[in-house]
Amino acid sequence: MELSEHIKTANVEDVTLRRPFHPALRGTLCVTSHHLLFSDRKDEASWQLLILLKNIDAIEKRAVGSSGTITIKCKDLLVLQLEIPGMEECLNIASSIEALSSLESVTEMYPFFYRPSHLTLNGPWGLSSTEQYYKQTERLWDRWRVSTLNSDYSVCPSYPSAVIMPREVDDDKLIRSARFRQGGRFPVLSYCHHRNGMVIMRSSQPLTGANKKRCKEDELLLQAVIDGSELGYIIDLRSAQQAQQARMTGGGFESKSFYSHWKRIHRHHERGKVVQESLIKLVEACSDPSHSVDRWLSKLENSKWLSHVHSALSTAGLVVECVERDGHSVLVHGSEGTDNTLLVSSLAQLILDPASRTVTGFLCLLEREWIQAGHPFQQRCAHSAYSHARLKQECPIFLLLLDCVWQVWRQFPLALEFSEALLLRLAQEVYASNYGTFLCNSEQERCAAGVKENTHCLFQSLLRPDIEEQYLNPLYEPTDLAIWPSVHPQSLQLWTGLFLRWTEYAQNMEEAREEVWSIVKEHHEQAGPDRTNNTLSTHCDTLTPFENLMDELTIL
Amino acid sequence: MIIYDITAFPKENLVKVEHVRLVDRSSSRRTQVGTLYLTATHTIFVGKGSEDRNDLWVLHSLVCNVVKHKASQSGYPLLIICKNFQVIRFIIPQESDCHDVYISLSRLSRPEKYEELYCFSFNPNVDKAEREHSWDFLDLKAEYSRMGLPNKLWHVNPINREYRVCDTYPADLFVPKSVTLPVIVGSSKFRSRGRFPTLSYYCKENHATICRSSQPLSGFSARCLEDEQMLQAIMKSNPGSRFMYVVDTRPKLNAMANRAAGKGYENEDNYCNIKFQFIGIENIHVMRNSQQKLIEVSALHSPSMGEFLTGLENSDWLRHIKSIMEAGLFISKAVAEEGVSVLVHCSDGWDRTAQVCSVASVLLDPYYRTLKGLMVLIEKDWVSFGHMFSHRCGHLIGEAKEVSPVIDQFLECVWQLMEQFPCAFEYNEKFLISIHIHIYSCHYGNFICNSQKERKDLCIKEKAHSVWLHLWEKKLDFMNPLFKPDQSQNQGLLRPSTAPYCFKYWRRLYNRFDRELHPRQSELDCLMTVKEETQKLEEELALYEQKMAVLDKERAKTLYMQKGVLDSKQALWSLPLDTSLANTPQDYIGGAPNVFTLQQGERESAELCLFGDQTKSSDADNSDQESGVADFSSHSSGEESLPSEDSVKDPDSDETGPNRA
Repeated sequence: MELSEHIKTANVEDVTLRRPFHPALRGTLCVTSHHLLFSDRKDEASWQLLILLKNIDAIEKRAVGSSGTITIKCKDLLVLQLEIPGMEECLNIASSIEALSSLESVTEMYPFFYRPSHLTLNGPWGLSSTEQYYKQTERLWDRWRVSTLNSDYSVCPSYPSAVIMPREVDDDKLIRSARFRQGGRFPVLSYCHHRNGMVIMRSSQPLTGANKKRCKEDELLLQAVIDGSELGYIIDLRSAQQAQQARMTGGGFESKSFYSHWKRIHRHHERGKVVQESLIKLVEACSDPSHSVDRWLSKLENSKWLSHVHSALSTAGLVVECVERDGHSVLVHGSEGTDNTLLVSSLAQLILDPASRTVTGFLCLLEREWIQAGHPFQQRCAHSAYSHARLKQECPIFLLLLDCVWQVWRQFPLALEFSEALLLRLAQEVYASNYGTFLCNSEQERCAAGVKENTHCLFQSLLRPDIEEQYLNPLYEPTDLAIWPSVHPQSLQLWTGLFLRWTEYAQNMEEAREEVWSIVKEHHEQAGPDRTNNTLSTHCDTLTPFENLMDELTIL
Repeated sequence: MIIYDITAFPKENLVKVEHVRLVDRSSSRRTQVGTLYLTATHTIFVGKGSEDRNDLWVLHSLVCNVVKHKASQSGYPLLIICKNFQVIRFIIPQESDCHDVYISLSRLSRPEKYEELYCFSFNPNVDKAEREHSWDFLDLKAEYSRMGLPNKLWHVNPINREYRVCDTYPADLFVPKSVTLPVIVGSSKFRSRGRFPTLSYYCKENHATICRSSQPLSGFSARCLEDEQMLQAIMKSNPGSRFMYVVDTRPKLNAMANRAAGKGYENEDNYCNIKFQFIGIENIHVMRNSQQKLIEVSALHSPSMGEFLTGLENSDWLRHIKSIMEAGLFISKAVAEEGVSVLVHCSDGWDRTAQVCSVASVLLDPYYRTLKGLMVLIEKDWVSFGHMFSHRCGHLIGEAKEVSPVIDQFLECVWQLMEQFPCAFEYNEKFLISIHIHIYSCHYGNFICNSQKERKDLCIKEKAHSVWLHLWEKKLDFMNPLFKPDQSQNQGLLRPSTAPYCFKYWRRLYNRFDRELHPRQSELDCLMTVKEETQKLEEELALYEQKMAVLDKERAKTLYMQKGVLDSKQALWSLPLDTSLANTPQDYIGGAPNVFTLQQGERESAELCLFGDQTKSSDADNSDQESGVADFSSHSSGEESLPSEDSVKDPDSDETGPNRA
């Protein structure tokens, strides 16, 4: 069925549009295969509103006399209303939106049709690869290698074609280890710490099952990871009890007797449906019209969203403590190793690694740890907070990551090169995008769908100099140190920029951000055209250079 | 800045206890051993081996409570709980010493007479002219004339010059010109404590006013012609309006209960053209209990997110803040948008009335969002109109039931507004916190006593100093770099959202001394530095331009050189705080009961060593020597690690925060 067959009414005149911060507008509404458009001009030359249908999470129809009202709730949390004259048109538009906003086939989605004049399809797709990461990380060369055993995705369908493994473990052993891990996600290198060479590995749970099966190759692999050193830590993202229970369904954990050099720590993390419901509850609380503080606080508490933020940052902090302070390597896993595992390992890297705090570094981190590592974006982000559809695989783990990064930025406002605007952009793109970056659930799927050949890459586009500038933190001052965030409840805040984005509250913050820029720009104008090579020269005597000039002038 | 020197105190006045431990709850690593001194005015702790001046100084007048705890293995714990929400934990080796300190401090921190307060012994040697200068810094007359008063409708009536009509009001009061003396006297007799309706704020643009009073003694049916005339005169002094609002800031039930005691509220039928309105702000007792609960929540040791939010909710504190804000917003809108005058009262007209009038003023008038403006506002609406600082802040030993954080709530409302409008205020939160400290510290004379009359009788201005000049001299610390006075939305009426999510927990006030809770880098400090540098560069550039005009012979060459130097100047984009990246690991271990014990006494990581203490003490006031607790951290790493009494619960107590179970 062609997409256009879903459209019974393509144009409606005299539609009234209501949305936050704008007066109501009258104009023409238009539905295309991928967009909802609105214009208040007859010539339709300038669109007042252009919404990707995929961004629409839920719609509500209401009949008022002979006309109808459609309330559109978007995945980026925007809510708007359309008053459409004519009941039939209203119903047609609504059913088109419903059908076209929930397309299942990847190649029908908009990124496959997005062809802006300033981008060509033949450009590079993505920012880096496993091989490149290996090349850049000199510390790895000695003991680690790039294995391409998964080049046809047969060993682990959700892993990329290349992974970094200890040199002393050959591919045959890896294949056996993969069979012993859920979904074939055997332990692979995620990060190597530049200071001490300790590594963060990630995997899925071992399939020990009820009768405590073991896998020699898996044990050898982990032994090879810590090589020589006495101890490694396994951070299991389930409670000890949950890990025990997992054995009943074929899963399990690394037992002390077989992995004698690894110490296991259990940290309970909520997953899947629970986290999705948290998001739904939080967004509901934010739009609660009641004016009671008590009700707000109780709903905020009840949503548990900030508790998830708290757990994620705490466990990431724990991983960093093991690596940076204790000097031990760490293996992180939960059950499947595609959600909380990635959340914790990427947050730990942000805290540890100055390189991941630049715009490029952060996007590379997301590419390696989320896109290539096989976070099932399509399943997790099929719906957002407003949808009434029955939950399937939805879970806003990536949004949780962005929130945690935001919390780190609040506590270290100078340490990240990027600003909140980048996090907000990503929060939007992950649910509905012109670009192919967040399509599909794994590299294998992206390959099969031809994503790289037929769509544009978001990260490449974000790094174009004119675009990147919008996402820079004007106060950025790189630091080599680990940035340990405080995880006390008093220190964690609601991410107002995202959750209250469409309220007046966020508007005032926008004004403050502009003022920060103007202060910094004014300084640049005075101090010189650019400060790209500024260093941590905190203690330099601010007066000296000018005094020297004074002397010379006097001599002249 | 007064330099405190322990040697300056006469030896015989000192209580001295050695081998006392100052415990840092968040990290036993930072526990300090040292000597505790009690002087006539301060508790002082000098850490052993600390070379820098990071001794701990606590003014006795800031002490709210002294508590002895059950003896532990290591000694006798003594807690000093301060009015600025600092809690100091000492462990004293000998029981008798602990008891002595407890007894002395209990007495010292509960003065019975005003004369014992610190402001009378502080800095007595400064000459008279300088002291008078500090008092002359603020002038309420100038403030009223800034508003446009007196004018043809309002004038100062001398009736209260000797405080005979109302002893809790200031001497100079603005009333409508049309009001005669008998009307004032009659009205004052019909109001609690004689606090008749008088002007608090006048809006030049539309002549609307905010007036304030206490409740009328109306009982169930009493009326007073003079009082009715008084309100009529106030209404008529705003020529553009045909009615006025009377706002009773109490919950309706409380106001009705007062009627039984012969007090109450205005009956709309008796007064011409008034619109009567209740705004339910709770009384001082409810507020005191609410803040107590809030303080307990803020002091929870590693609470879970749920515990914290539930505690915050149960304290009701933010609900009260919101109700005060809404009242202020109602009044400011009436004045600015409707051009209608408002009479505000509660019971006595010195607590809720002061809060609501001053919040409304901050919303209405951008001047009160400047440093000097806020000082004037507090001086006018609180100090001069007889907010009972001594009772509410518990300056002297007395009725505990009279203590209430009324002014805390006003400062917090201003803070909440600053959070919503980051560019609308000239000052930053350090300013509010400094004011808060000085209100409680009794370091300066401003907030002593309960009324202007009492202060006059006590000759405060002759014996003590005013805080405002002191704060003004430190104004660079208090500036908000984002302040944009010319921005259109920061002019005139601020319209804050009162959606519940706009009310936040004020971490900097309530957890000020828990350093690990605060952001590690300060955006505002950084911006301030950048701004200052820009200004410096501008000035210097101007200087060069002058010089270059003189030296135009070799103009081309000079220009070239200047460019070269400007480029090297980029290094000046330096920030004050990167050395103070206090990035120690946090409490990440909580909730892992089974495993993970870090080796005790392991090497310090690079980060910890860099736990520098260059953070500018936000409150380097003279009185704030107590802010030194955290400063011990950088010296503690070399100390042998102390046997940690809670090491069973807390396997990692040496560096990370102790766990929650």
